[in-house]
Amino acid sequence: AATLTPTPRAGAGQDVGRSCILVSVAGKNVMLDCGMHMGFNDDRRFPDFSYITQNGRLTDFLDCVIISHFHLDHCGALPYFSEMVGYDGPIYMTPPTQAICPILLEDYRKIAVDKKGEANFFTSQMIKDCMKKVVAVHLHQTVQVDDELEIKAYYAGHVLGAAMFQIKVGSESVVYTGDYNMTPDRHLGAAWIDRCRPNLLITESTYATTIRDSKRCRERDFLKKVHETVERGGKVLIPVFALGRAQELCILLETFWERMNLKAPIYFSTGLTEKANHYYKLFITWTNQKIRKTFVQRNMFEFKHIKAFDRAFADNPGPMVVFATPGMLHAGQSLQIFRKWAGNEKNMVIMPGYCVQGTVGHKILSGQRKLEMEGRQVLEVKMQVEYMSFSAHADAKGIMQLIGQAEPEHVLLVHGEAKKMEFLKQKIEQEFRVNCYMPANGETVTLPTSPSIPVGISLGLLKREMAQGMLPDAKRPRLLQGTLIMKDSNFRLVSSEQALKELGLAEHQLRFTCRVHLHDARKEQETVMRVYSHLKSILKDHCVQHLPDGSVTVESILIQAAAHSEDPGTKVLLVSWTYQDEELGSYLTSLLKKGLPQAPS
Amino acid sequence: MAAHLKKRVYEEFTKVVQQQQEEIAAKKLRLTKPSKSAALHIDLCKATSPADALQYLLQFARKPVEAESVEGVVRILLEHYYKENDASVRLKIASLLGLLSKTSGFSPDCIMDDAINILQNEKSHQVLAQLLDALLAIGTKLPENQAIQMRLVDVACKHLTDTSHGVRNKCLQLLGNLGSLEKSVTKDAEGLAPRDVQKIIGDYFSDQDPRVRTAAIKAMLQLHERGLKLHQAIYNQACKLLSDDYEQVRSAAVQLIWVVSQLYPESIVPIPSSNEEIRLVDDAFGKICHMVSDGSWVVRVQAAKLLGSMEQVSSHFLEQTLDKKLMSDLRRKRTAHERAKELYSSGEFSSGRKWGDDAPKEEIDTGAVNLIESGACGAFVHGLEDEMFEVRIAAVEALCMLAQSSPSFAEKCLDFLVDMFNDEIEEVRLQSIHTMRKISNNITLREDQLDTVLAVLEDSSRDIREALHELLCCTNVSTKEGIHLALVELLKNLAKYPTDRDSIWKCLKFLGSRHPTLVLPLVPELLSTHPFFDTAEPDMDDPAYIAVLVLIFNAAKTCPTMPALFSDHTFRHYAYLRDSLSHLVPALRLPGRKLVSSAVSPNIVPHEDPSQQFLQQSLERVYSLQHLDPQGTQELLEFTIRDLQRLGELQSELAGVADFSATYLQCQLLLIKALQEKLWNVAAPLYLKQSDLASAAAKQIMEETYKMEFMYSGVENKQVVIIHHMRLQAKALQLIVTARTTRGVDPLFGMCEKFLQEVDFFQRCFIADLPHLQDSFVDKLLDLMPRLMTSKPAEVVKILQTMLRQSTFLHLPLPEQIHKASATIIEPAGESDNPLRFTSGLVVALDVDATLEHVQDPQSTVKVQVLYPDGQAQMIHPKPADFRNPGPGRHRLITQVYLSHTAWTEPCQVEVRLLLAYNSSARIPKSPWIEGGEVSPQVETSIEGTIPFSKPVKVYIMPKPARR
Repeated sequence: AATLTPTPRAGAGQDVGRSCILVSVAGKNVMLDCGMHMGFNDDRRFPDFSYITQNGRLTDFLDCVIISHFHLDHCGALPYFSEMVGYDGPIYMTPPTQAICPILLEDYRKIAVDKKGEANFFTSQMIKDCMKKVVAVHLHQTVQVDDELEIKAYYAGHVLGAAMFQIKVGSESVVYTGDYNMTPDRHLGAAWIDRCRPNLLITESTYATTIRDSKRCRERDFLKKVHETVERGGKVLIPVFALGRAQELCILLETFWERMNLKAPIYFSTGLTEKANHYYKLFITWTNQKIRKTFVQRNMFEFKHIKAFDRAFADNPGPMVVFATPGMLHAGQSLQIFRKWAGNEKNMVIMPGYCVQGTVGHKILSGQRKLEMEGRQVLEVKMQVEYMSFSAHADAKGIMQLIGQAEPEHVLLVHGEAKKMEFLKQKIEQEFRVNCYMPANGETVTLPTSPSIPVGISLGLLKREMAQGMLPDAKRPRLLQGTLIMKDSNFRLVSSEQALKELGLAEHQLRFTCRVHLHDARKEQETVMRVYSHLKSILKDHCVQHLPDGSVTVESILIQAAAHSEDPGTKVLLVSWTYQDEELGSYLTSLLKKGLPQAPS
Repeated sequence: MAAHLKKRVYEEFTKVVQQQQEEIAAKKLRLTKPSKSAALHIDLCKATSPADALQYLLQFARKPVEAESVEGVVRILLEHYYKENDASVRLKIASLLGLLSKTSGFSPDCIMDDAINILQNEKSHQVLAQLLDALLAIGTKLPENQAIQMRLVDVACKHLTDTSHGVRNKCLQLLGNLGSLEKSVTKDAEGLAPRDVQKIIGDYFSDQDPRVRTAAIKAMLQLHERGLKLHQAIYNQACKLLSDDYEQVRSAAVQLIWVVSQLYPESIVPIPSSNEEIRLVDDAFGKICHMVSDGSWVVRVQAAKLLGSMEQVSSHFLEQTLDKKLMSDLRRKRTAHERAKELYSSGEFSSGRKWGDDAPKEEIDTGAVNLIESGACGAFVHGLEDEMFEVRIAAVEALCMLAQSSPSFAEKCLDFLVDMFNDEIEEVRLQSIHTMRKISNNITLREDQLDTVLAVLEDSSRDIREALHELLCCTNVSTKEGIHLALVELLKNLAKYPTDRDSIWKCLKFLGSRHPTLVLPLVPELLSTHPFFDTAEPDMDDPAYIAVLVLIFNAAKTCPTMPALFSDHTFRHYAYLRDSLSHLVPALRLPGRKLVSSAVSPNIVPHEDPSQQFLQQSLERVYSLQHLDPQGTQELLEFTIRDLQRLGELQSELAGVADFSATYLQCQLLLIKALQEKLWNVAAPLYLKQSDLASAAAKQIMEETYKMEFMYSGVENKQVVIIHHMRLQAKALQLIVTARTTRGVDPLFGMCEKFLQEVDFFQRCFIADLPHLQDSFVDKLLDLMPRLMTSKPAEVVKILQTMLRQSTFLHLPLPEQIHKASATIIEPAGESDNPLRFTSGLVVALDVDATLEHVQDPQSTVKVQVLYPDGQAQMIHPKPADFRNPGPGRHRLITQVYLSHTAWTEPCQVEVRLLLAYNSSARIPKSPWIEGGEVSPQVETSIEGTIPFSKPVKVYIMPKPARR
């Protein structure tokens, strides 16, 4: 049997941070995502690629790399992997990901190299070279990677261009969800997959133990918080990843500002937003129903109230709302602004997403009011800290819903915390009765599969069989007589006559004969009559006949009775059938062995 | 050489075939009438190739066939069918058979045997399917004939085992449409074994082809629709289909489950994997709820829609649909709705935010959490936040229906409805506002909910705002702060969108009269009165001030203590408003003014009976007086018309009837007057001028009859006859007048012929009503018809003249419900002094907003007319989507009209008005033959004439010359 061996590489396992999973499907090796960890600044931020091949080139080992979406924890290590470690094979991603990914990588590189002065980091040229290896996959398009390996993308809804991928080799398939969202939001639709019944579903489980409230309440809450702070004259800081949630919140605030006719300025930091927004305007087909329908009148991503942020604006008096990157307050502009505004209790910071342990965002969310900054400085946080779960991951119900849609044979949980995954695992096993796994980093799971082998059947045989029985009876298995011919790894089911002809063999008759002893003192004729009436009463669907020569036939099975040579009180029934009637024949024998019912004499 | 030989062979072959065909053609021609069938036969025989034959058949299918020749045609088709080797031609013939058997007036039982016969020898699956379709058409045409139905069912069962899905589909369809009811099976056995149709169809629920599965479910649904009671056993089968791979199967299965749940709501079904049992309707409800989160949106819409009609479901299950059981890190969390409610009940509303008030509370037992199969759990929560707005709308509608039947559910779903007011798609917002209005008598809004509701008043869409005003009209508010909040928001709305004035005033009227006790404590604040000081008198023309007064006066109606709080100027303003806005300000019992207002008020509703009686009496008077001298008749008619018109003005309920009858009498009066003319007594050439009056009368009568026919809703056939009769008289009058005033006979020939055609047309259209027209003009006319046909024009005119004079006055029966169509253009208001400037030759879009009342089918009849100062008129057909239907009998037209003209030297006014287009030939029933074929376009879209039915509005425009 073939095996599937998914191995979460350094991070994707029971952790949120770096996603990188290695899957072997029927001998094909595929790497799913190539992420980096935001919390580390040293070697630990990239996956340990040396694990994949102890020696030898990556290109020889890996058949392809698939990137699910453009978040850095899913694609951040890509240039390092392809240019510095060395990989020349194809990299698959959707067109929006392909467009936006290099912008983010470049931004990340700038922060790491220009700001922090790190050496041994990938260069701009490396990003460009890396992107040249990318092949775009459109939604529901099946791409043939090589003769056997094919991949197909499904809509995942998490960010623009996020996709789930089905990897298929022969009859074996794996679905990798990447990050996905089952509830639509202001700019993206919900994840959807057809009932593809993969052998294995690898799903993220960030919110394994959460069932979220309706998004409408969340939105209203968010708007209310922002509105109240602005009316008080306070400043609102919303740390976001440059792309993804930010666009949703922008649309939300933009429409709200328009409706309520508010005047306070909204700023969006970093120049890369404009570039990215440009792509959001372009990839309208990847957005939700509303934006798709109305973009002819007005493209929702052309903001009227939202302007670019300048560093000097942070000190301006009066209320304002600022979206700043990065989302977890671990570096960059959002951290700078946070430092400036943290002292004033009128201000507010809204964390709209998940924060990795070790970041400032995580610290303030867990209630820490005094932060130790670089250079032993202590920052007292007086501003209000709010957490709005705007993170576009599926909650527990959503994960279950996706599993229900895809109907996999096995489920593997990645991208979550071990304790929470344990709960979900138990639920999945209980409710879907499928096996569920949650490997740790570096751990390999091997799943046996029972591959189905296609067998060709000759049309003549099929028609002959169809003509015999009633057609619509999918529930009852049907017995079909035929000969299986295996020739050049090619299976065919043909009728026995044809098989004989093809193989040039003569036909042999095979008959089974069986003697059944019956205690019956009567004459043979009478015994036969009794057998006849007994069988007639039991086998109603079959043709039971009493022949003039004193034998009984059931279909083509012959039954004759003879007196026992030694004991006249015993009659010997001779049952004879050809091998085609084996089923009925053996049934008849067992029936007769039970004896005849005591007839009233 | 070979080529030559080949050619020879072909030549010979074609020759032979042709000869044969001609022979048959000759034979056939004698057998059948020289009709369509013959022509078809010749065509078919001429066809040398299947492609040709197909072409002929296609051509043939374009024209209708009369009922009498259908059988002949069918015979010929069948004959050709037997000979035909090409499947596509046979397919077309089979489809024609189905089409022909649908011809009205033709009984298809005679062709059934043949159809079944050819079915048995057919090999092609497609043709088989088409033949079965034809049989279906035959079967549905003969619903009474049990034997035929049994036979057809038998045929269907035989072909059910076919390998092609198309054939099986059609068989199932046949079974669904014709499968007989159980009782008749036993009665009408006739050698055919009675079949359990449901069992047979049920077997195909597990067919390998999804299309067949769908067809099987649909057939089952069809059985149900035909009144056959489905077995309860089907329920389990259908439940299995809910997890089918194909969406159409799931969608149909949801419907089937719904049907069964309505049939056996109280049956008990076991819950799998436990030994509990629940009611079937609850179980079905849970299952359909589960489908609200299906992968396909088609199924989701279907499921969400059906949920609304499951009213028998237990409240326990119903309320689960709104509960999603939130949790966070395995701890129970309260929803934002619950938190808001708690905050409100603890009196802490809007006191600022508290940190962590949404922190999760108690731990959840991990074993008890059920992530999927929790049945109804949160179905509506999912449905309302679905990706597709179609699903959201369906969910809102379902919520509405369920809430209407269950007050406690209405209370619970309020939060969710309020949330939907902020949906991103306008239609959804609108739908949820309407829904809320429908359930408003079951609910009372909390202040925080009201807050969210009122926030929507700032929406830029007029539809939304107006819907919200209507909602506020019938909302119950719980506190005086709520009323104040509503008023403040409405005034804000008024300031932002001044065009909403009327709607806001109306809204405040109802708000005031609904909550008198809540308004009372607000009065001093609202009127800004002060116990000691006189305050400045507010501006009487300020719409905001009027709005406040409307609220207060309506509250004061049922709150006698309120007027004591008014200051002097308030009383003066009351008197003013009572006169100017009497529909908004009620009569008040004011101290010191003894019901001054109520005496003046036209609003006091007189008893309906007297006015109705008056109407009847005055009409009867007129009808009984037909034999009086012309002078008296004229006077009486004039008086009655005046009375009726006045009555219409006073009694809005009777306006339609009064106007309608007045118009009719007016026509009669005109006719009498025209016949009194001296013109008739004098030699024709001398009185050319005076004929003006008569011909003008004829013209006006024509116009009035068109108005009567098309401008009133609720006109029945018996009125239409009378109206047409009147029109016929007018046409006769016109003919006579023309005959008198024109010289020469040639033009008269044409006119006479046309008139006689009209009479013939009248007779054909209203043949059933002719007995009611005893002694009338038409009655006499038809008696003399043979003579008229052969007479010369002069003679015809003479006869007509005498008959017109002798004809009696027909009694117009009054319809039950009749309303006159009317339209008011709200926008453009016609007040602006700033001309609309645009470059000549280009277009400018003018927004037109109008309300239409009692217009039937406005999409096709209402047009916009633009009249330019140079006399040029332009008619614009608004798009069907421009019409909205806010209430029964009311429509709203919001459209854009494009204006364009060559350059003018100075701004000038164009007139915009609404027209009602009519087409009297539209009443003729269309032939059923042409289904989906080309419908002759001029019949559909032609406009015979138009009636203006709104006041024209002037718009100031200025096309500037283009700059070079």
